[in-house]
Amino acid sequence: MTARNPLTELDRPNSYIGRAVPRPNLTRLLRGRGQYVSDMTLPRMGHVVFVRSPYAHARILGIDTAEAEAMPGVIAVVTGKRLAEVCTPWVGVLSHLKGLKSAPQHAIAVDRACWQGEAVCAVVAETRALAEDAAERVFVNYEELEPVTDMVAALQPDATVIHPELGDNLAFERNLDAGEVDKAFAEADAVAEAEFVFGRHTGVTLEPRSIIGDWNPGEERLTVHQGTQAPHMMQNIIAKHLDLEEAQVRVICHDVGGSFGIKVHVYADEMATVALSKLLRRPVKFVADRIESFTTDIHARDHRCKGRIAVKADGTITAFAIDDMTAIGPYSMYPRTSAIEANQVVNLVGGPYTNMNYRARARVVFQNKNVTCQYRAVGHPIACSVTEGLVDLAARAIGMDPAEIRRKNLIPDDAYPTASASGLKFEALSHHASLDKLLKMMNYDALRAEQAELRKKGIHRGIGIASFIEVTNPSAAFYGVGGARISSQDGVAVRLDATGRIIVQTSITEQGQGSEAITAQVTAHALGVPMERVRVILGDTDNTPYGGGTWASRAAGIGGEAAWQAGKALKANILAVAASILQADAATLDVVNAIVVDKATGTERMPLEEVGRIAYFRPDTLPPGFQAELMTVRHFVPREYPFAFTNGIQASWLEVDTDTGFVTLLKHWCLEDCGTIINPQLVDEQIRGGVVQGIGPALYEHCRYDERGQLTNASMADYLVPMAAEMPDIEIGHVVSPTKESELGAKGAGEAGTAGAAAAVANAVNDALSPFDVTITEIPLTPEVILKALGKV
Amino acid sequence: MKASAFDYARPASVREALELLGRHGDAAKLIAGGQSLVPALNLRLLAPEILIDLGGLADLRGITVEGATVRIGAMTRHADLLGSPVIAEKLPLVAAAMPHIAHPAIRNRGTIGGNLAHADPASELPAVMQAIDAVIVVRDASGERRIAARDFFTGIYETALRDGEMIVAVEAPVAAKDERIFFHEFSRRSGDYAIVGLAARATGSGNALADLRLAYFSVGDKATLAERAAAVLGAGPVDATRLAAAQAALAEDLSPQDDQQASGSTRLHLSRVVLARAIAVLTGDASLAGRATA
Amino acid sequence: MTATVSITLTVNGETVRAEVPPRMHLADFLRERLALTGTHIGCEHGVCGACTVRLDGEIVRGCLVLAVQANGMSVETVEGASDSGELQDLQDAFRERNALQCGYCTPGMLLTAQELLAKGGVPDRETIREHMSGNYCRCTGYQAIVDAVETTARNRAAARG
Ligand SMILES: Cc1cc2nc3c(=O)[nH]c(=O)nc-3n(C[C@H](O)[C@H](O)[C@H](O)COP(=O)(O)OP(=O)(O)OC[C@H]3O[C@@H](n4cnc5c(N)ncnc54)[C@H](O)[C@@H]3O)c2cc1C
Ligand code: FES
Ligand code: FES
Repeated sequence: MTARNPLTELDRPNSYIGRAVPRPNLTRLLRGRGQYVSDMTLPRMGHVVFVRSPYAHARILGIDTAEAEAMPGVIAVVTGKRLAEVCTPWVGVLSHLKGLKSAPQHAIAVDRACWQGEAVCAVVAETRALAEDAAERVFVNYEELEPVTDMVAALQPDATVIHPELGDNLAFERNLDAGEVDKAFAEADAVAEAEFVFGRHTGVTLEPRSIIGDWNPGEERLTVHQGTQAPHMMQNIIAKHLDLEEAQVRVICHDVGGSFGIKVHVYADEMATVALSKLLRRPVKFVADRIESFTTDIHARDHRCKGRIAVKADGTITAFAIDDMTAIGPYSMYPRTSAIEANQVVNLVGGPYTNMNYRARARVVFQNKNVTCQYRAVGHPIACSVTEGLVDLAARAIGMDPAEIRRKNLIPDDAYPTASASGLKFEALSHHASLDKLLKMMNYDALRAEQAELRKKGIHRGIGIASFIEVTNPSAAFYGVGGARISSQDGVAVRLDATGRIIVQTSITEQGQGSEAITAQVTAHALGVPMERVRVILGDTDNTPYGGGTWASRAAGIGGEAAWQAGKALKANILAVAASILQADAATLDVVNAIVVDKATGTERMPLEEVGRIAYFRPDTLPPGFQAELMTVRHFVPREYPFAFTNGIQASWLEVDTDTGFVTLLKHWCLEDCGTIINPQLVDEQIRGGVVQGIGPALYEHCRYDERGQLTNASMADYLVPMAAEMPDIEIGHVVSPTKESELGAKGAGEAGTAGAAAAVANAVNDALSPFDVTITEIPLTPEVILKALGKV
Repeated sequence: MKASAFDYARPASVREALELLGRHGDAAKLIAGGQSLVPALNLRLLAPEILIDLGGLADLRGITVEGATVRIGAMTRHADLLGSPVIAEKLPLVAAAMPHIAHPAIRNRGTIGGNLAHADPASELPAVMQAIDAVIVVRDASGERRIAARDFFTGIYETALRDGEMIVAVEAPVAAKDERIFFHEFSRRSGDYAIVGLAARATGSGNALADLRLAYFSVGDKATLAERAAAVLGAGPVDATRLAAAQAALAEDLSPQDDQQASGSTRLHLSRVVLARAIAVLTGDASLAGRATA
Repeated sequence: MTATVSITLTVNGETVRAEVPPRMHLADFLRERLALTGTHIGCEHGVCGACTVRLDGEIVRGCLVLAVQANGMSVETVEGASDSGELQDLQDAFRERNALQCGYCTPGMLLTAQELLAKGGVPDRETIREHMSGNYCRCTGYQAIVDAVETTARNRAAARG
């Protein structure tokens, strides 16, 4: 493809692709002038507070709202039954996940609460404080029901069935059997197995979920200000359940204080908020407080996964087998469902390796805890931890170096296109180049020598390596084919205004990843204008093309390509106008620095503002029949591959104090291949942030429930997130294998860090502890877990 | 997460504060730095009818030395203690503990009086006060009482303060010239409350430890002096055997609790580990630490 | 309902008089009464640092100070410290280094870092990390923030000569 080379010509003016240019929207945020939904106030706005179930499972026998209604500042007290009159329930299933079942979920529970924290009544008042005062005076009569909390017990015949109409607590099961697994295990020189246990954790976006519904009965339109990753999806769903036409709903997404997959779902309390606005005919705002964030933001990765690996004495891996179980709470989340994570685990285990014998079972189970759903790097950390944990166990079983066994089994770089045992199609990956580069970057041999030296002194340091593949740029195969109205394509409109400036409207959204920056970079590059001339508009269903938004590492790869194509098209149109004015052949002209020039000589012919002036104000001077088109729109979706797989490898270097069980992270490396890099700094910082988000659950993060289904650490004092003092410096490297699906060749990078970090850390801890002959396959690796494994407590 | 409504009073003198406290009784809460109280208010764990703000009581703020005693006003902030050359010189164990308490922005508000009154079993200062033999000076409308730190803390968030009393100061003897100190805590993240911590001091030389005080925190419902272990270690020159006996004695000294962060048995184990490290530092005999250092 | 209290304080150099309910914390007062929404709220129990402001020149948690307690005091927010220009070089370093993604932690990070930088000298990375350890950032992984603070410290030291 010829168009690719110019992209790397960084020496040209206005060459932005591949450059670490600062993001244009930062100044606003740095000066405290951003606008997050939580910052907004609208006239006559009410604040909603939810009365939430203190029980994990309870029947609602009655709700007495009289006293609350009489409290100062109260606008309305609304029960689930009343709200159900304006908001219909939903069921979180997708048709391509065969057999997935779930029960109807209401915006506010109507007669039964199914997890601690589920909303059972809403109080709207003039301020949040007054609403909280009144919420304390809502009296709910509960009959506590037996909670189902343990995922294994949930599948026993005598278990309470949470939704009796569904028959049992099994939401979804998937089985896969590829190659000759039994034979491979029978013929293996060594077999290793373990059960990997993952602590349920959550996203902890610094800005909690925030939404304002603003129903204007005069216009019959609902404007929704929401911190969301997918405005068009929300528009569709809000309309559907509030009995409105999509055109009656506008979703605006301003600055968003972090999302990571947390803000791409349909939350019952957010639906309740917009429904309340419609009911009360005034703006209603909901901002989750931190306790509500912990009890109602989706959780993720509550998995127990048994894994086995078969290996030959020469290091060849001959089979993987897993049996994964995950508990998802009482409902499958809407509309993306809570089965995707387990499904991804099945897809991804063993993915980096040549082995084709693979058996997997995944079971997705209902229980009375908060719902789980897709969170940054969906399924990847589980699959990677299981795979890489097993590979290390296999290496240990046959006495091979962890780097060596990977070199032996990673898919060769010249094997593409190829497919995994689970049927994933790989266009072009670079596992070996990545491994080589990583080992060089971390100075692997020297580190091993240092480790051996220190071990003699009783200091236990470990090296952990984790290879991974990452799903990016998803096509309709993710959700669309399952019947969800979630767009997998994105659109970009680019226009030249009358002063020679460029206005870009894109359907991707910004939550800090740099969507705005890369859109501006790509368009400026395509057009030949300085980036400062480009203004990007996003996050508004009234004012952007239709598209998916920003999730699943898709914004740069899909939205970026749409911007590239739209920019190229506009440039052609600009040159056509210029050519007609200049009586020249458009093919001899170019745009450089926002000036139309002679391509051959670079001689300046006319600035873009002149093109704009003539096209808009003196079109009478253009040749008859010639119509200037200074706005272009292009859409893009990858068609050949359902996903653009990327790959990478991470390594962790850490020290374990074997007396205390404390882990000190010393250094972390991540080598990854996201194809064409539009902005290296943004990619690197996505990875660093992602790595730390992966380290969190490896060492600290855990939603701890007791056997009654009570979340016992729902505060930031008790749920530990990674902070600056304990995090290591993270070194990043790249290999570049562009995708041929697009001219840009960019794949996603947003989740690579999170995908492999926990596995690298866990493997490093086990490496450090290898003299003690213990292997820990449980995260978070708290001091207590480590001390127990060492037999010290 | 908004506090329940309450009234607010800002007395101009200790006498006025005590008068308000006497008048409102249980319905009132004193607020010093607010760094423990306001989170509890925001979470609606507490809903007092009135807050009595000690912020205007300038005479409760400051560090003075009178002879062999250092007096710290109740409203002296963590940041004041951390930055004080007097504390660094005269009460080095306090100075050693301060950086472990919370984070800069919290230390700029939190006070020693509030910290001790709050009596969080995981907090550093209640242990430090016991290690240095401090006296907590409390006052009510009828006058002053002086309570030894070791008698002050009675349980989780519980102290010997009576209704109508407040802390006005802390007094502690200036550290001896040959005083040796050790402070360490195992906390998951910097600034977090500890899982286990130890503030220790002794005099003497070499392996002979005199006046040994081992004040543990976060291993029980209150900061605790490990007296049996200290007695074992003080009975003769410390060697590995004596240390092991002292570590064993900790089982009787401490009654560690299970919580989010660790089980009681993990805490007991960590108490023993930190004891070895303390003794290595106090005796100057690194081999007693029982671990390697890079 | 309890009575409101009259307070007078200086906010970013301007004198502000207001009637506030005693339960209103300073961060809410700044955001809701003065529409200074650069001070963010992430937890309201003192852990995340998003609400960091300066009170009489020192950083505090805006969610752990009551507005009534700030009576007679001087408050500075990120808006004020930006308009005065005192944060300019630090903000430039944050921008150049992409030390913010969603930007929600950023006002608190800037004011916290500025307090360390004001002490002078060039703190090492460990000191920077330690000083910033009470400010949560979910996006960046912290390294870029540490880099930006370090760069600013170097530049300021060089400028001092
Ligand atoms: C994120 C975070 C981390 C923290 N980490 C730590 C830590 O690691 N270690 C630690 O020790 N602390 C920690 N703290 C708490 C901090 O040290 C508090 O400042 C301290 O515990 C309370 O002091 P205060 O002045 O803020 O008291 P306040 O919060 O004002 O009051 C606390 C209690 O003491 C009472 N009180 C206050 N003053 C008096 C008085 N003079 N007489 C009688 N009663 C009084 C109040 O009525 C209230 O019940 C942390 C706090 C936060 C928010
Ligand atoms: S909002 Fe104040 S510290 Fe989190
Ligand atoms: S930049 Fe998003 S929390 Fe720090």
